[in-house]
Amino acid sequence: MNDIQKPQSQQSVIANIAMFALLVLGCVWIVLRGEAGLGYNWQWYRVPDFFYRVIDGEVIWGPLIFGLIVTLEITSISLILTVILGLVVALLRLSDSLSGRWLARGYLEAIRNTPLLVQLYLFYFVLSPIFGLDRYWTAVLTLAIFEGAFAAEIFRAGILAVPKGQWEASASLGLSRFDCYRDVVLPQAIRLILPPLTGQGISLIKHSSIVSVIAVFDLFTEARNLVSDTFMSFEVYFTVGAMYLALIIPLSILVSVIEHRMRAK
Amino acid sequence: MTFPDTAPNAVQPPEAIRIDSLHKWYGDFHALRDINLTVREGERVVVCGPSGSGKSTMIRCINRLERHEQGRIFVEGHELTDNTKDITAIRREVGMVFQQFNLFPHLTVLQNLTLAPLRAKKMPKRDAESLAMQYLERVKIPDQAGKYPTQLSGGQQQRVAIARSLCMKPRIMLFDEPTSALDPEMIAEVLEVMIDLAREGMTMICVTHEMGFARTVADTMVFMDNGEIVESAAPGNFFEAPKSDRTKLFLSQILSH
Ligand SMILES: Nc1ncnc2c1ncn2[C@@H]1O[C@H](COP(=O)(O)OP(=O)(O)O)[C@@H](O)[C@H]1O
Ligand SMILES: [Mg+2]
Repeated sequence: MNDIQKPQSQQSVIANIAMFALLVLGCVWIVLRGEAGLGYNWQWYRVPDFFYRVIDGEVIWGPLIFGLIVTLEITSISLILTVILGLVVALLRLSDSLSGRWLARGYLEAIRNTPLLVQLYLFYFVLSPIFGLDRYWTAVLTLAIFEGAFAAEIFRAGILAVPKGQWEASASLGLSRFDCYRDVVLPQAIRLILPPLTGQGISLIKHSSIVSVIAVFDLFTEARNLVSDTFMSFEVYFTVGAMYLALIIPLSILVSVIEHRMRAK
Repeated sequence: MTFPDTAPNAVQPPEAIRIDSLHKWYGDFHALRDINLTVREGERVVVCGPSGSGKSTMIRCINRLERHEQGRIFVEGHELTDNTKDITAIRREVGMVFQQFNLFPHLTVLQNLTLAPLRAKKMPKRDAESLAMQYLERVKIPDQAGKYPTQLSGGQQQRVAIARSLCMKPRIMLFDEPTSALDPEMIAEVLEVMIDLAREGMTMICVTHEMGFARTVADTMVFMDNGEIVESAAPGNFFEAPKSDRTKLFLSQILSH
C-alpha cells in the first residue's frame, strides 16, 4: 500500500512550482493588460475602510465585516439544518416505510435536478409569503434544503458501507433500530461521512453567495453594493474572493487531513 | 445419552422452538423446503450438511434475520410474525453467534458486552459492567475487557461474541459455524466454552462440522441437503447407522478429513 503514493521526485516538484509561478504571472499580466486597456484607476488604499474605520478612537465596522458575519451566520445555520435534514432523509430512504422512501426519493430528485437559483426564487416568491418567512430565513432554508439533498446521499452511502454483520449482530441482541443506528451503525459510518460532508460545507459557503439575488446582506451583496457605490470592481471583488478563499482553504485542508488519517487506519 | 423421543412415556420438556412446514425462497431459488423441526428446552441440536444446503438460512429464520414465506415458527410459544415489537422481544431471548464474530469494532470488549443490557434492558451501568465481567470470566478473558476487538485473536474474539450474547441471558443460543473462520489452534478454546454452555443446560442449535464436538454435546443430529432436512436422529444412530445415502456420503467425506 505504501508505494502507491511515491514521494515526488525533486525534479517534478521544481517543474510544478515553475508551472504554477508562470500561471500566476500570466493571470497578473492579463489583469494588468485589461486594466491598462480600460484605463482603470486602482484605489487599493480605500479597501481597509470597507473593513473598519477608526473615528474618534472608536472602531466602526465596515460593510465587508457585516457581510462576512451574515455569510457565516447563514452558512452555519444552514449547515446544521443540512446535517439534520440529510440524516433524516437518508434514514427515510433506508426505512421499511414505502411512503417514507418515496417521499425521500421525490425530494432528492426534485432538488438535485433543478437549479439552485430557481429553487431560491420559488421559495422567495411562492413559499415565503405563504409561510410568512422573511428573506433571511428564506435564504437559510433554501440553502439547507438544497445541500440537504446532497448530504442525504452522503449519509446513505456511509450507512450502507457499514458491514451487514453489524446490523445482524445488533438485531440478534434485541437492539431496537434506533439503538442500532445510534450506537452501532452511525458511529462507524461517521468516519466515512465526515470528509464528503465537510466538502458539502464548502459548497454551502460558496452557494451562499447566491442569496444576494433576494437582497440578503451577505458578503457578496455588500460587495456588489460597494462596487455600485465606488466603481472599485477589481479591488472589491478580489478582496471578497480572497475572503471566501480564507474561509474555505482551512476546511479543504481539514478534509484532506481527515481523509489522510482514515487511509492511515 | 438418551433421546427423549426414544423413551416412551417420559415427560418431555416444553418446546423451545417449533418449525412447521417452513419454506423460504430467495427470488426463484427455493432455499428451504418443508422444514419441520422441534427443539425442546435444554436440547442440543447440531446441524450439518454441505455448503449451500440452507443451514444458515434455517437458523437465521429462527430469530428472523431472514423472513420466511410459508410455514410457521414458534419460539418459546410465540409465533414469529411481522410485528417488529414481538420480533425484538423474541430476539432478546435468542442469542446468536456468527461465523465472522461481528463484534462492534468501535467499542471495547466491555462496551460490546454491556451495550445490549444497557439499551435493551435499561440495566444500570454498574450492573451491566459487573454482569459483563462475570461472563468474560466464564469465557476466560477478563483481562481483555479494555481492549478493542481487532487487538484480540480470532478465538478470543469469538469468545467475546459468545459472552456478548450471554449477557442478554438468552434462553436459546444459535451458533452458525462459530469455528469455521478460526485458525485450527483456536478452535478448541471456543468449543470448550460451548461445551460448558451445553453442560449448564442451555438450549442450543449449532451449525458446525466439528463432529467431535457434535458427538460430545448433541442430543439430536440434523443433516441438511438442498434445502431439506434429510435426516434427524440421535448421534449414536446418526453416526453409526445413517439411513440416507446422502448422509452416508456426507459423513464419509467429512469424517475422512
Ligand atoms: N441473501 C441471499 N440471496 C440469495 N440467495 C441466498 C441468500 N442467502 C443464501 N442464499 C442461497 O441459499 C442457499 C442456502 O444458503 P445458506 O443457508 O447460507 O447455506 P449454508 O449455510 O448451508 O451453507 C445457497 O444456495 C445460497 O446461495
Ligand atoms: Mg452457512
